[in-house]
Amino acid sequence: MPPIRVEIDGTAYEDDVEPRLLLVHYLRDRLGKVGTPIGCDTSNCGACTVLLDGLSAKSCAVLAVQADGRDVTTIEGLGVPGTGREHPMQRAFHEEHALQCGYCTPGMIMAAIDLLRENADPSADEIRQGLEGNLCRCTGYQNIVRAVRRASADMRQGAAQAQDAVQGRERGAAS
Amino acid sequence: MIPAKFEYVRAASAGEAVSALAQAGEDAKILAGGQSLMPLLRLRLAYPDALIDVGRIEALREIRDEGGALLIGAMATHHQVVRDPLVRAHAPLIAAATATVADPAIRHRGTFGGALAHADPAGDLPAVALALDAVLLARSPRGEREIPAADFFVDWMTSALDPDELLTGVRVPKLGPGWGVHYEKFHRTAQAWAIVGVACAVRRERGAVEDARVALTNMGPVPVRATAVERFIEGRTVSSSSLRAAGERAAEGTSPPTDLHGSAEYRAHLATVLTARALTAAAAV
Ligand SMILES: Cc1cc2nc3c(=O)[nH]c(=O)nc-3n(C[C@H](O)[C@H](O)[C@H](O)COP(=O)(O)OP(=O)(O)OC[C@H]3O[C@@H](n4cnc5c(N)ncnc54)[C@H](O)[C@@H]3O)c2cc1C
Ligand code: FES
Ligand code: FES
Repeated sequence: MPPIRVEIDGTAYEDDVEPRLLLVHYLRDRLGKVGTPIGCDTSNCGACTVLLDGLSAKSCAVLAVQADGRDVTTIEGLGVPGTGREHPMQRAFHEEHALQCGYCTPGMIMAAIDLLRENADPSADEIRQGLEGNLCRCTGYQNIVRAVRRASADMRQGAAQAQDAVQGRERGAAS
Repeated sequence: MIPAKFEYVRAASAGEAVSALAQAGEDAKILAGGQSLMPLLRLRLAYPDALIDVGRIEALREIRDEGGALLIGAMATHHQVVRDPLVRAHAPLIAAATATVADPAIRHRGTFGGALAHADPAGDLPAVALALDAVLLARSPRGEREIPAADFFVDWMTSALDPDELLTGVRVPKLGPGWGVHYEKFHRTAQAWAIVGVACAVRRERGAVEDARVALTNMGPVPVRATAVERFIEGRTVSSSSLRAAGERAAEGTSPPTDLHGSAEYRAHLATVLTARALTAAAAV
């Protein structure tokens, strides 16, 4: 069995895995990281989406051996909702009621974060395009689009505040 | 489902991949982006003895300017191709069609070479390669050979690659000035495969079509050139009626499938409508 070393949500794991083990099964069955669900057998639904070296990937379409030496972020690595240390996307999904059963939510949030990495201020249309690989059978998508718009505004504001703080510090240091 | 057992070999170079493939025998397969292969393994529609992973061979991802042509490495991802300045400048039809493939997560991992080697008649890129007269570069223990796109797609999900051949790259002749391009795709939902697609490149000169290349997705077991359309429109003045009349000929000589997305007759009709649209967009009228 090939050995792998993967960094997942900030922790390094070393394991021997069967080549046929899918990344999503490794996450769920070996590591107990069940935050990432499986919704299909055809890589259509997007429920299992994670970030692989920062880019969205369907973890049911990746072998664990292919993740060797890579960096994986799952929904569990984002933060804990309700603690004030959640990701702005998690908060926006909660506050905009962007979920009902919640099955699609982890993948939807990871895909939405990937979308904002490419386009910090997407239109409603661009959000629908960007999330085309993630299916939701409950919400009708309206509130999901709203939540991503809100997270995008929050994150841009957060980034601007952070920049002001840095500039303030630099000015302070210079004077 | 869990895939059947297989051996796994990670190749560090194209040479290593070719020898590993030869050693592993007939039932071995190349693993590129895995975006078509993994669902097949999970559904147990494919159960290779061995997978040769070429995902770490950076040299196969390179996109290079060769003067009159681009050389696109087989392992260039869809994501990379859509953004590549050389592709956008010299092969914009590839960039446009690739942007319609699947969804962002699949485009991050799926590759240009994989999409061609897979030879799915509903895939968008085979028709594009055919329209652009691309040449596919294959490597095996017997050496290297060049396969024109017109000879590459042999049958339903079957390419001209021998079981021990690795597709290393694709040479795409550059389109010079005066060319307009368009990929017209008809599908039910955003991420879905084409029910019918039309890849089109047109060169205009003084109001007339000098040169036209039209190829169809999912109008038969392999992508097809719409030669009747090309012959009709070449030399004619560009107008909405001439382009529509050219489109009327799109289904000639095709054998479209009937499946749950549509009947053969429906596809034949779609092809004529979509071809007229594609020509109109490419000729910028
Ligand atoms: C939900 C979903 C939707 C999709 N929608 C579309 C769509 O709309 N349009 C579209 O065109 N495609 C679509 N695809 C397919 C996608 O484009 C794949 O990326 C592509 O078909 C295969 O590329 P890959 O690199 O993932 O190849 P893999 O899955 O790794 O390989 C596919 C096949 O090609 C062979 N192969 C791959 N590379 C080589 C090589 N270099 N040399 C020899 N053999 C090789 C493999 O052995 C295998 O048999 C979709 C896929 C999914 C899962
Ligand atoms: S479980 Fe991965 S896409 Fe559906
Ligand atoms: S909330 Fe139920 S599938 Fe999206």
